[in-house]
Amino acid sequence: MNQSKIHVLLADDDEDDRLFFRDAINQLNLKTIVHTVEDGEELMVWLRDEGNPQPHVVFLDLNMPKKGGIECLEEIKSCPKLKDLSVAIYSTSSSQKDIEDSFVLGANIYIKKPNDFNELKKALSKVISMNWQFCTSGLNKESFILNV
Amino acid sequence: MIINFKYDIHKACVKIISDELKEMGLSYSFNGLGEIKIKDKIEDQEFEALRQKMLLYGITIINTAKESLVQKIKDVIVEMIYLEEKLPVAKTSTYLAEKLNLSYGHLSNLFSEETFSTIENFIILQKIERAKELLVTEEFNLTEIAYKLNYSSVAHLSNQFKKTTGLTPSTFQRIISRRKENNKIR
Repeated sequence: MNQSKIHVLLADDDEDDRLFFRDAINQLNLKTIVHTVEDGEELMVWLRDEGNPQPHVVFLDLNMPKKGGIECLEEIKSCPKLKDLSVAIYSTSSSQKDIEDSFVLGANIYIKKPNDFNELKKALSKVISMNWQFCTSGLNKESFILNV
Repeated sequence: MIINFKYDIHKACVKIISDELKEMGLSYSFNGLGEIKIKDKIEDQEFEALRQKMLLYGITIINTAKESLVQKIKDVIVEMIYLEEKLPVAKTSTYLAEKLNLSYGHLSNLFSEETFSTIENFIILQKIERAKELLVTEEFNLTEIAYKLNYSSVAHLSNQFKKTTGLTPSTFQRIISRRKENNKIR
């Protein structure tokens, strides 16, 4: 295993969901550092703060107070400094339209929030290992699209 | 105006590295597979400068022997998938072992230890990446792509595409072209 740690950032206003997410990632036995924020505004402040490490992947809940996931996605993708970040939409919606629209706006990953803990672990493991390949193997981020 | 480029990444990298080394006044020779022999003695400071310059191009100087071997495995796979007009039919395990002159078991263990993935997964991922690229340029249809990448059928390629990306090739194509439209408006 590579020594470098994987930084993951989650923006979700639901405390239970944040906990659920943290537990799942910690059980994966990957060297991850998880940071969480509670809404879109806090997320953008965190990302723009140069003192914070750039995450390898950002997970965005679609429905958040103050600033929603789609708004954050558009802001990230139109900011030259942030546009290369991998963005994962983490949502309860499984509508084909929501999925496609997120990808069109530049999301790299779409995860339908699973209800089952093991399903979540499986999904996160797939996302994180695939994202790692894209970050370390010089793959083309522009065509990085993953629907879990 | 929109111009579409088709580029040979390998050639581009060799040119970049040669130019930079020349500029630094170093004499060198390419040993193949990303290995370069520097004939002069190189000072630590110079080495660091070279490392920084290369980073600007997304080229990394590799430190450990294990990392370097993993990179060689990746390079052989990428070269096999991108440079050959059609994938070699021989088993990839044999192909890799022959190219790198090491047993496949050794290569495969090392690769799994050092990355989050296995060689098999990496090959699938790269083949699907290649398929994406060919789909985006719209130069080839799915049948031709399946043939080029050695899939036994279009269905086999479609299934692997769906398993890897979660999308069908046609949905992927639609998303990319809508994204292009969207970026034009922005």
